[in-house]
Amino acid sequence: MVESSVHPAAGTAASKPYLQIVDVVKKFGDNTVVNHINLSISKNDIFALLGSSGCGKSTLLRMLAGMETPTSGRIILDGEDITHLAPYERPINMMFQSYALFPHMTVAQNIALGLKQDGLPRKEIDERVERMLDLVQMKKYAHRKPFQLSGGQQQRVALARSLAKRPKLLLLDEPLGALDKKLRQQTQLELVNLIDQVGVTCIMVTHDQEEAMTMACRIGIMSEGQLLQIASPGELYERPNCRFTAEFIGETNMFGGHVVEDEPDYVRVQTTELPRPVRVGHGITGTLGMPVWLSVRPERVGVSRQQPTAGGNWANGTVHDIAYLGGFSIFHVRLDTGKVVKASVPATRWREEAAPTWNEPVFVSWADTDAVVLTQ
Amino acid sequence: MNGKNISWFGRVSLGLGFAFLYVPILILIVYSFNASKLVTVLAGFSTQWYSVLFNDDAVISSFGLSLKIALLSSTMSVVLGTIAGLVLARFGPFRGKGLFAGMISAPMVMPEVIVGLSMLLLFVELQQWFGFPAERGVLTIWVGHVTLCMAYVTVVIRSRLVEMDRSIEEAAMDLGVRPLKIFFLITLPIIAPAIASSFLLAFTLSIDDLVITAFLSGPGSTTLPQLIFSRVRLGLNPEINALATITVLVVATLVVGANRVMVKAEQRRTRLAVAT
Repeated sequence: MVESSVHPAAGTAASKPYLQIVDVVKKFGDNTVVNHINLSISKNDIFALLGSSGCGKSTLLRMLAGMETPTSGRIILDGEDITHLAPYERPINMMFQSYALFPHMTVAQNIALGLKQDGLPRKEIDERVERMLDLVQMKKYAHRKPFQLSGGQQQRVALARSLAKRPKLLLLDEPLGALDKKLRQQTQLELVNLIDQVGVTCIMVTHDQEEAMTMACRIGIMSEGQLLQIASPGELYERPNCRFTAEFIGETNMFGGHVVEDEPDYVRVQTTELPRPVRVGHGITGTLGMPVWLSVRPERVGVSRQQPTAGGNWANGTVHDIAYLGGFSIFHVRLDTGKVVKASVPATRWREEAAPTWNEPVFVSWADTDAVVLTQ
Repeated sequence: MNGKNISWFGRVSLGLGFAFLYVPILILIVYSFNASKLVTVLAGFSTQWYSVLFNDDAVISSFGLSLKIALLSSTMSVVLGTIAGLVLARFGPFRGKGLFAGMISAPMVMPEVIVGLSMLLLFVELQQWFGFPAERGVLTIWVGHVTLCMAYVTVVIRSRLVEMDRSIEEAAMDLGVRPLKIFFLITLPIIAPAIASSFLLAFTLSIDDLVITAFLSGPGSTTLPQLIFSRVRLGLNPEINALATITVLVVATLVVGANRVMVKAEQRRTRLAVAT
């Protein structure tokens, strides 16, 4: 599973990979927290490790920073094996979830600390600190102490501090987790712009899929210490490779069934939750009769009063619940089989006719290409 | 708190409680200005006992000794206690950690008489085998006080380090600061208030310790508590009342002053936080 998703991804990286994580395992006692992870990241990529808490993503990040040592495996950055380098010897800087600003130092001193360790001349340190403060627009706060700053300002100082040493790799641990929701959304794109502007390879860890999808160009889904899928945000959403990813990213309708017709360009899946076999417009690698899951995103499901004429991917039911969300509404349609299907319908759909209401009989339908067959 | 909401029962209990705590001290202060040599008879105002006190060489020298021992032992116990606290809070689980923690805090829970007696036996043995320490005095009292005070310092520093966000130290390491330098550059300034308060705690423990001192002092090394104790045994003495009054005043001034400074710093902090 890991192999099949990693190797094509490594192949697409045009140049040789900048960061390579080779078969890394981390055990705490008998507990395997990171389980044979392979990952390649090319230069100037923003990569997100996405997973729920306890999936091992933070441990992986801490191994990159050098705070933990892998039980086995290697980490190679820019051709250099850094697996056993101490954190203070690595050309890697990290922005901590709590920001970890030094409370007894001013903003400028916080940013300068890393530069001082490199023995740079005082003048150059001052210049670089100045430039960093400019970059994050914190110049007028240079002589404040961290406790005098708001959460968003602290985040910017933490970013400036981790960029000041011009690291080869920037690590972000839940970068915006400590901010409130509104500020978080503003900051996401701002942060991406800053990282692009500086041109640094970046790995972030987050449990917030929106954050990962907004900021990263590639995302790795982690669960129980393993990388399940590595892909771009769009690919993860549209073509998940397993049930976990499909359910983890966004909302979906999941039907369990088995393959009853297996052709190169389409398959039919029979499920007890739908009245008739569903036709899916892509071939799968599998055998006739194998158990599979079918994932259909709510926005792909249409709701209508008339029986759909084309295709066989429809079912009848009654409106069980409606969540009105302004621009669109989510219809919970209870099928005759008892299965509740969620359909996200845009408000513009109801121009010519009124929207169905509670307990009204309706049909749900989707096109051949809207369903994805998941074999694991 | 609104004083009007306290019931009469509350007021009486509060009054009795405070009276129990402070009336003896008030009486002591009043009698220190008593003209009579008898502590039970009030006979007009006088400051004669203060001049007697300041001309009493034994009091002055034992006060100097107490101060010296207290400074020495609180300094040493802050150094050792900080190291021990650091080991307990930062060095992960190691073999014998529980035993180490237990032995460090043992002097806190062990009766002081036992600590004093066992250390006396140790020093006597050492003297017989190695001829060192040659006699009991400042050195032996210092060792005894450090043993006791260090236990308290360790507890304070350890709990401060445990509640401190470890990622601050990790961030410094991430920025290229080496571990030893991190301690002096990051950890020490952050825990400085805890170090200062544990120094004061150690100082007060040492300066009024009587039991351990009694076991470990030798001829010619009489601390102030020992002097007071031995004089009071011979009968109550207005001079001691004067000494106690001065002590009370000094301590009260220090406490109030320290409190003022802390409250002001806190106010400034909140004002600045609001301003942003």
